[in-house]
Amino acid sequence: MSFFKNLRAGLAKTRDGLVSSLKKAVQKDNNEDLRETLEEVLIMGDVGVHAADRIIESIAGREGDRWELLQQEMLAILGGGNGAEPYTAELRGKPHVILLVGTNGSGKTTTAGKLAAKYAAQGKRVILAAGDTYRAAAIEQLAVWAKRADVEVISQERGSDAASVAYDALTAAIARGADLLIVDTAGRLQNRSNLMEELAKIRRVLKKHGEEYPHETFLVLDATIGQNALSQAKLFHEAVALDGLIVTKLDGTAKGGMILAVRQEVDLPVRYVGVGEGIDDLMPFAPEDFVKALLD
Amino acid sequence: MFEEISSKLDAAFKKLRGRGKLNEKDVTAGLREIRLALLEADVHFKVVKEFLANVKERAVGQEVLDSISPGQQLVKIVNDELVKLLGGQRAPIRLASQPPTVVLLAGLQGSGKTTFAAKLAQRYIKRDKRVHLVAGDIYRPAAADQLEQLAKQIGASITRGEEGELPDSIAARAIKKAAGDLQDLVIVDTAGRLHVDEDLMKEIERVHAVAKPDETLLVVDGMTGQDAVNVATSFQERIAIDGFVLTKMDGDARGGAALSIRHVTGKPIKFVGTGEGVDALEDFHPDRMANRILGMGDVVGLVEKAAQSVDMEKAAHLADRMRRQQFTLDDFADQLSQLKKMGPLDQIMGMIPGAAKMPKGMKVDDKAMGRTEAIISSMTPLERSEPVILNGSRRKRIARGSGTSVQEVNQLLKQFDMIKKMMKKMGGKRGKKGRMTPRFQ
Ligand SMILES: Nc1nc2c(ncn2[C@@H]2O[C@H](COP(=O)(O)OP(=O)(O)O)[C@@H](O)[C@H]2O)c(=O)[nH]1
Ligand SMILES: [Mg+2]
Repeated sequence: MSFFKNLRAGLAKTRDGLVSSLKKAVQKDNNEDLRETLEEVLIMGDVGVHAADRIIESIAGREGDRWELLQQEMLAILGGGNGAEPYTAELRGKPHVILLVGTNGSGKTTTAGKLAAKYAAQGKRVILAAGDTYRAAAIEQLAVWAKRADVEVISQERGSDAASVAYDALTAAIARGADLLIVDTAGRLQNRSNLMEELAKIRRVLKKHGEEYPHETFLVLDATIGQNALSQAKLFHEAVALDGLIVTKLDGTAKGGMILAVRQEVDLPVRYVGVGEGIDDLMPFAPEDFVKALLD
Repeated sequence: MFEEISSKLDAAFKKLRGRGKLNEKDVTAGLREIRLALLEADVHFKVVKEFLANVKERAVGQEVLDSISPGQQLVKIVNDELVKLLGGQRAPIRLASQPPTVVLLAGLQGSGKTTFAAKLAQRYIKRDKRVHLVAGDIYRPAAADQLEQLAKQIGASITRGEEGELPDSIAARAIKKAAGDLQDLVIVDTAGRLHVDEDLMKEIERVHAVAKPDETLLVVDGMTGQDAVNVATSFQERIAIDGFVLTKMDGDARGGAALSIRHVTGKPIKFVGTGEGVDALEDFHPDRMANRILGMGDVVGLVEKAAQSVDMEKAAHLADRMRRQQFTLDDFADQLSQLKKMGPLDQIMGMIPGAAKMPKGMKVDDKAMGRTEAIISSMTPLERSEPVILNGSRRKRIARGSGTSVQEVNQLLKQFDMIKKMMKKMGGKRGKKGRMTPRFQ
C-alpha cells in the first residue's frame, strides 16, 4: 500500500499548496476554481490536456462529494474495459510466453528479471530469452538478472536475429517443459517502422509454434515520460497487439499520469508497476493507490 | 499529432484575419491554441503560464506587417520568444586550458548517459583527439561491459572499477591515469539515479568533487514529461550543471522538456541525441527545437525563404498552368529546381504544416529528387509535354539515359499523375486565385 510514499516525499513544494487549494475548491462547489486547480494538478501529473478536460467535465456539473466523484471517475478510467477483470497473473500455457517491448531504457530488461524472480519464487520453471541482440552488453545484463533470479537464460551472440533467438528459446522452453518464457527485446522508438516490423516478426515466429504464443505482450513504459506515452501505446499496439502496460520508475517523483491519457485512447490495462531497481521492486498495479498518489 | 496541432493553430489564426494592430482579444484567442500545443508537447504547466504572459505582453498592440496575416505575425512572435528562451547561441563543450578536459555525465536511469558518452567520445576521436572513458556505473548489471564494448568500437581507452571500488575512486584514478597518458578528453559515465535518492545524490556529489569536471552535463530523455523540472532543479542543486543533453529525439516526442529545463535552470541545451548509433549526435538548434515544440513546422522560415528564393514570375506562371491543368513534366522539373533553391528537401518538408499528410510515395528525399531530375532531363521535349506517348521502349531508353531503372521511371510517372490529380482537386477548392500555400494563413 505504501509504494508511492517516495512519490509524495520528493514532490516540488508548489504541488503541496496546489493540492490543498484543490481540496478547498472541491468542497466549495465553485466550478471555476475547481476547473482551474484541477487542471493544474492533473497536467502537472502528466495526465495531459485532453484527458484532464474529460475528467474535469465529468465531475464539474455533478452533484455529490466531488472528491469522491473525482476519484471514482479516475478509477473508472483505469479499471474500465479490459481492466475490469482483476489480473490473476496466471500462467495459461506450458510454457506461458511473455513478450516485453518498449522504448530504449524504459526498463524492459529489469522488468524481465523481476518477473522471472517473481514466478521462480512460486516454484515455476522460468526461462529468459535475450532478444536484445542490438545494444552493447544487453545480453550480459539479462544474464546477470537470470543469475539473480536463479533461472535459465537463452541467448545467441550480439548482432544475431532477434526473431531467431525468440524462436529457438521457445523451442527449448517447450522441450524442457518450462512454465514460463520471458522474451526481452531491444529498445526501439515507435516511429521507426522498420524496427517495429522487426518486433512484429518476433511475434510471427513465436506463432509458428502455435497461435497462442505469446500469451501476453506488455509495453514497458517509463513513468517519467509525458504525452509521448500515447504515441507509444498506439504504435506498439498496432505492431504487436499489446495485452497490457507495465509502468516503471514510479519510485521517483513522476506521477505516471500519462497512463490516464493512454487509457482514454487505447484500452490497455496496467498490470504491474516498477518501484525500484531491486529484484522485488515490482508490484501488481493498484488503481486506488495510483489515484491517491496522483491527487496528493 | 504534429498535424493535429498545426491544423488547430491554422484554425485559430483564421479568426485573426483583420488588419492593423494585434488586439488583446485576438492575441488571447490565438495564444489559447499555442498553450494547448505547448502543454501537449510536455512543457511544464508553470513554464507555459509564464511564457504566454510574456508573449502576450509583447504581442498586444504590435502593428501587423502588410505582407503577412495577423496569425502569421503572432506565430512569429511566439517563435522568436521560444528561440530566445531556448538559448540563442550554440553552446559548445568548454575545453580545459590544461588537458585533459573532464566531462561528467549525470541523469536518471535509462536516460541515455552511456550511449551519449560513446557519441561524445566518437565526435572528438574523429577530430583526432584522444578520449578516455570512465565506467562509473557500478550498479546496473553489465553497465561497465556496455561502455567497454562501445569504447572498443570507437577506439577510446577505458577505466573500469575494481571489485567493490566506489565511483569517486574510479573517477579519480582514471583522471590521473588519463593525464599521464596525455589524453585530451575524459568522459565520466555514472549510474542512473533518481533525484530523490539521497544516497545516490550524495554519491554523485562526491564524484563531482573529486573529478572537478570542466563540464557537467545532465542527460535527459527527450520524452520526459512534467517531472523534467523537478529532475533538473534537483540535480542542479547538488552538482553545478553546465548544460543538458536531450536524447531520443529521433522519436516523435515534441520535446517540451527542453523548454522547461532551459527556463528553470537557465543552462543551455548542448547536444541532441538522434539515434542509437555512435554517430547520431547533433548540436542543439534552438530554432529547430522551437518548431518542433510548437508542432507546426517553421511557418515563418518558410515564408521568408519562399519570398527570397522563388522566382515570383515563374511561380505565377506555374500557378496559372496548374489552374488550367496544363501542368507538364517540364513544369514539374521546374518546380523541383525551385524547391532545391530553398534548401534540403527534408528541411522544406519539415517547414510545411501537414507535409506529413502527403501520400507515401511522394515523400521524396534529396537523392530521389536528383534521380527525378535526371529522368526528366532524359526525355525529349515532346515526351515531357505529352507523357502519354511514353511506351515501354521509350521508358527503357529514358532509364538507360538517366542511369535509373524502368521501375523508377514508372514510379515517377505515377507520382506525376498523382500530383496532377491533387492539383485538380486543389484547383477546384481554392478557386480562381489558385494559391498554393494558404494552409497557414
Ligand atoms: N528507479 C528505478 N529504476 C528502474 C526501474 N526499472 C528499471 N530501472 C532502471 O532503468 C535503467 C534502464 O533499465 P533497463 O532494464 O536496462 O531498460 P531497457 O533498455 O528497457 O531494457 C536501468 O538503470 C534500470 O536499473 C524502476 O522501476 N525504478
Ligand atoms: Mg534492455
